[in-house]
Amino acid sequence: MSDVNTPTYTKKDFESDQSVRWCPGCGDYGILAQTQKTMPTFGRKKEDFVFVSGIGCSSRFPYYMNAYGFHTIHGRAPAVASGVKIANPDLSVWVVTGDGDGLSIGGNHFMHALRRNMDLNILLFNNRIYGLTKGQYSPTSEVGKVTKATPYGSLDIPLNPPSLALGAQATFVARTIDRWQAHLSQMLERSYHHDGGSLIEIYQNCNIFNDNAFEEYTSADKFDNVIEVKHGEPMVFSKGTKGIKLEGFKATVVDMEKHSLDDLLVHDETNLDLAHIIANWTSHPVLPEPIGVIYSVDKPTYNSEMVSQVDSAIKAKGPGKVQDLLNAGDIWTVK
Amino acid sequence: MGKTFKTIDDAVIRFAGDSGDGMQLTGGRFTETTASIGNDLSTLPDFPAEIRAPAGSLAGVSAFQIHFSSKDIHTPGDDPDVLVAMNPAALKVHQKEITPGGTIIINTDSFTKKNLNFAGYDSNPVEDGTLDDYFTVIPIEMNKLVTAACEGIELSPKFVIRTKNFFALGVLYYMYDRPLEATEKWLEKKFAGKDVIIEANKKAMYAGYNYADTTELFTTRFKVEKAVLPEGTYRNINGNHATSLGLLAASEKSGLKLFFGGYPITPASDILHTLAAWKHFGVQTFQAEDEIAGICSIIGASFTGNLAVTSTSGPGIALKGEAMGLAVMTELPMVIINVQRGGPSTGLPTKTEQSDLNQALYGRNGEAPLPVVAAATPGDCFYAAYEASRIALKYMTPVVLLTDGYLANGSEPWKIPDVDNLDPIDVEFIQGVKDGEEFMPYKRDEETLSRPWAIPGVPGLEHRIGGLEKAENTGHVSYDPDNHHRMVELRQEKVNRIQNDIAETEVFGEENGDVLILSWGGTFGSCRSAVETLHEHKKSVSHVHIRWISPLPKDLGEIIIKFKNVLVPEINMGQFIKLIRSEYLVDAKGLNQVNGKPISASKIVETVNEMIG
Ligand code: SF4
Repeated sequence: MSDVNTPTYTKKDFESDQSVRWCPGCGDYGILAQTQKTMPTFGRKKEDFVFVSGIGCSSRFPYYMNAYGFHTIHGRAPAVASGVKIANPDLSVWVVTGDGDGLSIGGNHFMHALRRNMDLNILLFNNRIYGLTKGQYSPTSEVGKVTKATPYGSLDIPLNPPSLALGAQATFVARTIDRWQAHLSQMLERSYHHDGGSLIEIYQNCNIFNDNAFEEYTSADKFDNVIEVKHGEPMVFSKGTKGIKLEGFKATVVDMEKHSLDDLLVHDETNLDLAHIIANWTSHPVLPEPIGVIYSVDKPTYNSEMVSQVDSAIKAKGPGKVQDLLNAGDIWTVK
Repeated sequence: MGKTFKTIDDAVIRFAGDSGDGMQLTGGRFTETTASIGNDLSTLPDFPAEIRAPAGSLAGVSAFQIHFSSKDIHTPGDDPDVLVAMNPAALKVHQKEITPGGTIIINTDSFTKKNLNFAGYDSNPVEDGTLDDYFTVIPIEMNKLVTAACEGIELSPKFVIRTKNFFALGVLYYMYDRPLEATEKWLEKKFAGKDVIIEANKKAMYAGYNYADTTELFTTRFKVEKAVLPEGTYRNINGNHATSLGLLAASEKSGLKLFFGGYPITPASDILHTLAAWKHFGVQTFQAEDEIAGICSIIGASFTGNLAVTSTSGPGIALKGEAMGLAVMTELPMVIINVQRGGPSTGLPTKTEQSDLNQALYGRNGEAPLPVVAAATPGDCFYAAYEASRIALKYMTPVVLLTDGYLANGSEPWKIPDVDNLDPIDVEFIQGVKDGEEFMPYKRDEETLSRPWAIPGVPGLEHRIGGLEKAENTGHVSYDPDNHHRMVELRQEKVNRIQNDIAETEVFGEENGDVLILSWGGTFGSCRSAVETLHEHKKSVSHVHIRWISPLPKDLGEIIIKFKNVLVPEINMGQFIKLIRSEYLVDAKGLNQVNGKPISASKIVETVNEMIG
């Protein structure tokens, strides 16, 4: 897939001529800019990128990327993208979706695309609200969310996207935040280089309908509540003052004044059990919000296995000719 | 042994028994043998909806009908001349349809008290004389006879008794003077390595044949001579297989890879199964998580330059509706197959119906016109699928192909086409634009109004499409009111232009007269048979069969006005007729039946006779 004539692009090359129409101040702007900035670093020809989206604010994304783009219908982007990837496995296929699009109406496709390990890069913009339809609660909204649709507070328990993805047998699960630009860029890069289905959940601020939903993870003075997990590194957070210890399956927060780094849990992104434990820290009352690559392993992808099935069938039987197939079986001639 | 041979033009026989009695297999063997000796034929399998209905129940009855003839025939026949009833439930379900004076061959060993009760008989109809007034009843103790025939074979009694369908097959082979060799060969291949099974079934078949030969129960044997079919090489084919072959042929002729995305559903799943086995043709099949993902995956594959196909049945088409709208909006080529079954909702999954025509024509939000083509016979499914692909690719449009449960599972001898003689399918992907020019994804071809097919991977053609309204030419999102009106018109006009690709309508019979029978889809055979019968009685009746329902052929209006009456037989409550009445302002009459079965030719004849006296 790497090309001898690796093109040199700048951010501008990935900007389309369409004017961007998100609300001023929306977190989507930052994600778009960072994506356009990161793409040139991949050294991949821009005609090989396909961005497929569903419906929602985030799903406008493909219009703004100067690449091939498909703004499909609500929830179905992973299914359309799967067709693209199978039809041409040499393309770099990206799915842009949101918490409503990807987890509510499109939950089924989201889960199955990951299960198959279809080599898609799924960017899930999670703002914990329905933006495009003007502010109803979403499948990631916290219990008791007061919206126009839930004046007495929502009753639903929210989904935890990384847990869901792990349960669906995903091979790459990461989380980042719109305002963590450098980290976002790293995650995009990791996803791009992961051969297989990947999920990046991006906490994205909807300043119109759910402002400051992620305030506690983005404001510097509250860094207590967030941990950046890194492969092979001990779990420290809160500017090095706190750490996480694992006793059995139970994670506890410890004070680093009383503990050394050797006492701490060390992240291993290839350990599925650990990934489940870390994913469960999401919106936890005591444990910090995990950000970073939670899980990453290599497994055969659907698309490459499909190619090898076709190849080996051709090898075994020779390339088929329709006329031979038509004439196969019991035939007789009338003269 | 003193038996007389009677030569007849045609015969209709029906094998009926419990789901576990192997009736489909028996019918299939009789069909292959009959095809190979050169009769024309048509078959109608009738499966129960339940996979494992209780043994002996009415719900568990499975049947297979074959009509074979020395003449050119078009239908699986109306009422059977011979019914093979393997148990009381089979007799109960099918008894009322046997031709008066017909023959019933009964396996009396299964007419136990328990089975009789299960089928709702108070007394044994074989013994109480209720059948004798109307039919020739041939009671045979099949279980006992196969047990005797298989003596010495090391097989448990349970398996021995399972060979009784081959006994029945042997009886029918004797009655209709058919050779046994083809079936023996088939057994050897099918059960290779299981010698006892092969031997037991062969023994059972010969036992049936010999039993019919030696007993006095059969006084007459029948000869059905070879049919005079047009020159060529033939095979037997069913509709789903023909559909799959048609798609594959279109893939080869167009040079495009075939991508199939779909979800299992009765009676369409065989298309998925068939295509899945053709990996060495480069076919990629994707069993999606649901119907919606099935069509969405083909939208993606079409965007990426494959010949993209999905297939389903009624409930699945309902689910695909929104995505079909997206396909209309994005003007991408694909074939959407609906193997129609009884509806609404889950309806009658294993029975045939033509009741999804409205859904195919109108079942989407907004003004979303789609070309709709319907296959006429099992073998015609090949050509219909090929044609659907060709038009989809030429006009850059999704095309709906309608078949139905009867066509899908029914079979007929089929003259094998020469792939070289099929209409060419030329596909061109746009390779780029001149320097400094902007790529226009919605700029149209003047003749077909198709837009260019620009697939990902081509430099300079990066563009975005989607379900929002497009600006003419640029394809940018547009909310401009006048542009929307114009685009709605253009999408309709594009479908209308397909008329230029539709062959002139054929009128079977005189160009004018008392009655025109106007049909579409799987009712072709019944209508054609009915018109042939009516011609024998010198009735002024003609037949027009419509292949493209959207757009309708240009010349149909002129044809219709030359007839005093128009009759539209349909297996629905009158969906095509509404289109005909509104398009041509003609007072057409409907013949409508929705009982899960094809409309019989005799019913059409009757209706015409009532119309014109
Ligand atoms: S509604 Fe919210 S998510 Fe949507 S564009 Fe506006 S700020 Fe962004």
